[in-house]
Amino acid sequence: MSATAIPATQHHGEKKTYLTADHTIKSWLLTTDHKRIAVLYLISISIFFFAGSLAAGLIRYELTSPRGHLLSSEAYNKTFSAHGIIMIFFFLIPSIPATLGNFLIPLMIGARDLAFPRLNLLSWYLYSIAGVIALLAMAMGGVDAGWTFYTPLSSLYSNTQITLTLLAAFIAGFSSITTGVNFIATIHKMRAPGMTWFKLPLFVWAHYATSIIIILGTPVVAITLVLVIFERAFQIGIFSPELGGDPVLFQHLFWFYSHPAVYIMVLPGMGVISELISCFSRRPVFGYQFVAYSSMAIALLGFFVWGHHMFLSSQSTLLGVVFSFLSFVLAIPSAVKIFNWATTMYKGSIHFRTPMIYALAFMGLFVIGGLTGLYLAAIGTDVHLTGTYFIVAHFHYVMVGGAVTAFLGGVHFWWPKMFGRMYNEFLGKMSAIIIFVGFNLTFFPQFILGYLGMPRRYHLYYFAPEWQIYHVLSTAGSTVLGVGFLLPAFYLTYSLFKGPKAPKNPWGAKGLEWEETDPVPITENFDHKIVVTKPAYDYDAEEDSKLYEPEHKEEPALTGGKH
Amino acid sequence: MAHAPAHVDPNADPVYFQYEDIDQQQETYIVGMWAFLVTEVMFFGALFLTYALYRWKYQGDFYHFHEQLSWKLGGINTTILLLSSLTAALAVHFAQKKKTKWQVGMLVLTILCAFGFLGVKTVEYGAKFEHHLFPNKSFVYGEAAHEAFEKEFGSHKPGTFTQIVEKLDGPEKHQEGNPARARLFFSMYFAMTGLHGVHVVVGIILFTALIYLIVRKAPTITDYIPTEMVCLYWHFVDLVWIFLYPLYYLIPK
Amino acid sequence: MFQFPVMPPQASEWAFHYDLLFWGTSALAVFFTLVVGILVTVLAIKYRAGSKADRRNPIDHSNLLEMSWSLPPLVLAIGMFFWSATDFIQYRKMPEKASEIFVIGKQWMWHLQHMNGIRENNELHCVVGQPVKMTMISQDVIHAMYLPDFRAQFHVVPGRYTELTFTPTMTGKFRMLCAMHCGTQHSEMVGQVIVMSPKDYADWLAKDGNRFTPTALSMADAGKRLFTEKGCGNCHGGVDTERAPTLVGLFGKQRDFDNGEKVVADNEYVRESIVNPWRLINKGYTNTMPAYKGQITEEQVLDLMAYIKSISGSAANAPAEAAGRKPEGSIPGFAGPQNSTDAANRVESAGAAQFKQSENRP
Ligand code: HEA
Ligand code: HEA
Ligand code: HEC
Ligand code: CUA
Ligand SMILES: [Cu+2]
Repeated sequence: MSATAIPATQHHGEKKTYLTADHTIKSWLLTTDHKRIAVLYLISISIFFFAGSLAAGLIRYELTSPRGHLLSSEAYNKTFSAHGIIMIFFFLIPSIPATLGNFLIPLMIGARDLAFPRLNLLSWYLYSIAGVIALLAMAMGGVDAGWTFYTPLSSLYSNTQITLTLLAAFIAGFSSITTGVNFIATIHKMRAPGMTWFKLPLFVWAHYATSIIIILGTPVVAITLVLVIFERAFQIGIFSPELGGDPVLFQHLFWFYSHPAVYIMVLPGMGVISELISCFSRRPVFGYQFVAYSSMAIALLGFFVWGHHMFLSSQSTLLGVVFSFLSFVLAIPSAVKIFNWATTMYKGSIHFRTPMIYALAFMGLFVIGGLTGLYLAAIGTDVHLTGTYFIVAHFHYVMVGGAVTAFLGGVHFWWPKMFGRMYNEFLGKMSAIIIFVGFNLTFFPQFILGYLGMPRRYHLYYFAPEWQIYHVLSTAGSTVLGVGFLLPAFYLTYSLFKGPKAPKNPWGAKGLEWEETDPVPITENFDHKIVVTKPAYDYDAEEDSKLYEPEHKEEPALTGGKH
Repeated sequence: MAHAPAHVDPNADPVYFQYEDIDQQQETYIVGMWAFLVTEVMFFGALFLTYALYRWKYQGDFYHFHEQLSWKLGGINTTILLLSSLTAALAVHFAQKKKTKWQVGMLVLTILCAFGFLGVKTVEYGAKFEHHLFPNKSFVYGEAAHEAFEKEFGSHKPGTFTQIVEKLDGPEKHQEGNPARARLFFSMYFAMTGLHGVHVVVGIILFTALIYLIVRKAPTITDYIPTEMVCLYWHFVDLVWIFLYPLYYLIPK
Repeated sequence: MFQFPVMPPQASEWAFHYDLLFWGTSALAVFFTLVVGILVTVLAIKYRAGSKADRRNPIDHSNLLEMSWSLPPLVLAIGMFFWSATDFIQYRKMPEKASEIFVIGKQWMWHLQHMNGIRENNELHCVVGQPVKMTMISQDVIHAMYLPDFRAQFHVVPGRYTELTFTPTMTGKFRMLCAMHCGTQHSEMVGQVIVMSPKDYADWLAKDGNRFTPTALSMADAGKRLFTEKGCGNCHGGVDTERAPTLVGLFGKQRDFDNGEKVVADNEYVRESIVNPWRLINKGYTNTMPAYKGQITEEQVLDLMAYIKSISGSAANAPAEAAGRKPEGSIPGFAGPQNSTDAANRVESAGAAQFKQSENRP
């Protein structure tokens, strides 16, 4: 079918949405519609998130006592490995791109679908197969080498299910690559007439940058994992000094991907935050171009700092110093984003809805996480902190406080668009606040623990009973945090069935996905031809605030939605 | 290709619903293809980097090991692949000219070349297996390898693959080099040429599918772009070999 | 009942510099957290929907502002970088004169050897104020020697030597941890550094020290014995011969190889020459030397190295060790190790099997 051939079929309200177009299971499992695939992804990553969280709960419970409660050391190692592997490869990396990105990129740029819909479906299948293999590996005994799989522990010494897990990560990598290729082709060539690069929502820019990282980095880690598999199978000797190899080479190859991968995790989140802050401040994102370019800067610079994970690995001091320097430089584009978001609120008209609370939480937590990253980027401070809970705290601040918070904010923001229902605003705000409080209680004590010298991946710390208090605090916090994460799972699911119908644009947001589609988009996304004339974020705070003058009693700017 | 599946409908619209027009579709395909090739470059890049590191570290040894590889067979394969790149390029040329018969002919030639390549590779791999140079449990190198070989075949009657290699290159040379490093070299050799071989197989599948669709007059294929893209992929596969050949077969002393 | 410690003890010279750096970074971090926190809070309150704030003439971008919030952090960041990098380079400088300790990490214990032959597991006795230099290697996977109270850490990698140095400034017991995940009992690969006054140390040497070394051979002497036992001497004599080059004076000498490479003989090179002698062949020789990989343990390699160092004369890095004894020579009352009666027994005791990890656990 070509462009103009799509007729505006039925009348408003009667129209079939992408959700109701077809009800069979088959129509879901074989769908090539990007919105349906996004929903499939949302379901799958949620499952993995809760699986990973279960492991986190177990870790926290175990650590309340210096000698542990339930687990053997081996079981503990398998637990944190499962936690890390699931959370990174099966939850956080696909989280925002594969759900929100998948759903929104075509809508935001005025395309009827991604460039390669079948590739998109393939991506989900690869992900699912990988996920099943990973779970299988964990059921068949688990892995104990951590998510970093350092050789030669992973290649020769560990006799757990490493091969299977690496295979799973490898396949998940291909799922990631297919998504990346798809996004790049889509963003380059499928933009509606008038949608120039600098009218793109920053969410799209962030995904473009992410996709570049994916296609440059993921293949490297994929082949590295394959080499480890071969090493296990054939005793090759690429990473094992016994056989003539170099164990540190693995770390280079691994971090060449895995450092940029942390930006795969956080850049899409930053994209979400740009949308949320501007919508609820009723202001265009301040310094749009700087925010867009900073995403690209992060994506490219991100490839030159991998050695900061290896300061003490026996790489040369000079190399370490160079990596340290570049890591400091890399912090600047993130700073640019933070300050631009803050300034976006200036002269805004700020509405504290659930997604905005998440966005504000993100700002606070990401800044703490990022700034503690500086302690680690500083080669001098890293010597004492590397391998300790300081690292654990740092990356939970950026990944959970940053990326997961952004993800939740995004899900709450676009929930009405995805499913046409409103959730309970009060519960939404409550859970955002609970998460913020619980999160800090969980992970702040870990900074102190790390400074005191508690190494990570330690099951027992009987030799240092004075550390216990911080572990207990952290576990207490994680319980609060767990409640904060479970609440949305309940009220969002509930809203699917019982929530009030959402209006077309409950937040009064700008952007093609809100303004040009049906309340819940139809399968073809748009029933008319899209031509873009307005710039992105065409908000007006002054107008918005006028609505608050005495003659208006109700809160009018954000129509609809219970709160 | 026993019976025609239903989904090839010659009257269907060649433009998928998500595209405005054929131009947009083609441009998108090309961007997608290049993005894919970037991932391929990075994929092999990691291996080449690893190779470079060890070659630099174990220069002398690598020189000795490489004598186990037949530069003549490798050379034949290089020629075959270069030839196939030519036929692939011609296929695109004829596709643009809409000379379908020639186009298909060239594609068939390319596939034949690919099979030829795999045939030679089979001989090479086979000889390595016979010499216990595949890095599995029975891997041996150096004097011990000769003993193992002679025990298996007797000194006068080597296996078929070895015979072919010997015809071309003379009897396999007496090895030197540190046996402790040999496994590394041959692992890298098998990993890299193996991965390349997988790409050749994928190429054959793609070419076959392409010919099938052209013959069935599938609407999405009437244009030259699909041919060009598969050939682009094929050129990439060739290019990888152009690097592999000197790195493995032509190591200077 | 509960205590809330916020700082580990400052037990080394470096720890002081480190903490300065750490809290300096913290000042920067707190400052920027406050800047962002206060900015966001103030704006959120002032411009909350419905507030009476002035919203006229907003601006959407300003290059001046962009510069003003990216350049100062950049300058601060680079300043921070220089501070930390210079400190780090200082910290990684190995002292000229130090008690040399050889560390072998293995799943899941630390094995430490003093030059004078004392061998300890998961415990290191050392003297306050005296620099310690560790030369470390792993026998299996990667470990990390982590001494939080000295703010010192470095990875312990199989197949290569790494170094770590610290100068204790306080007597007492300090933690020695493994900070790199190394398998099942990673969290039990812990021990302690016992820093003593010179007098206590001397007492310890006299009483307990030798408990760990029933045979009390210095490392170099043990190496010498090994050298004979393993038949190295059959080829390596006092001068270069047709069979093999001499090892006298090897350390610090430049070696030329048949593939054109050149190397100055150091720990790394000597170890490679013993376990994998064929990577680099000296000019004029062939690969006749057997590879001792798998036939000798890392401990034995260290002993051999100490011996070869001891016959390397002034070229060796630490002259005190050249005599093969008394690395802690400045310590009064230390008579040096006695020669043992049962040499074979001693060589055995260097093997991994002998060391049970439970004994020295705190
Ligand atoms: C989403 C994931 C994410 C993100 C975004 C980051 C962001 C950063 N990370 Fe982090 N990191 C991880 C995830 C992430 N990290 C993980 C998972 C690990 C552990 C892996 C493992 O070993 O298991 C890790 C480990 C890690 C290390 C290795 C530590 C070690 O093992 O020894 C280092 C070292 O340099 C580091 C540094 C940084 C830096 C400099 C940033 C920067 O990008 C941060 C930039 C942001 C800011 C700086 C804040 C905003 C700026 C301002 C408010 C202005 C003021 C700024 C200045 C004065 C400069 N990280
Ligand atoms: C996206 C990534 C992500 C996320 C979301 C989390 C979430 C959490 N993580 Fe995770 N973590 C990692 C990524 C992540 N982590 C990585 C990569 C590692 C490194 C692994 C390695 O070293 O290899 C790690 C390691 C790690 C450690 C260090 C283990 C060690 O080194 O020994 C700890 C310890 O406290 C921890 C805790 C937590 C907690 C409390 C949460 C909380 O946010 C979770 C909150 C949720 C709940 C508390 C549960 C919700 C409730 C249920 C599912 C119902 C059932 C629950 C119970 C019965 C308890 N994590
Ligand atoms: C069969 C003879 C032989 C035996 C036995 C032997 N070596 Fe050697 N060694 C050689 C030869 C020949 C060389 C020089 C070739 C080379 O560089 O590898 C050499 C080189 C060395 C070198 C490098 C010296 C240099 O000048 O660069 C060291 C160190 C060494 N051997 C130590 C040992 C030790 C320790 C043992 C016993 C455990 C040992 N060798 C046993 C023959 C032998
Ligand atoms: Cu050794 Cu951890
Ligand atoms: Cu990093």
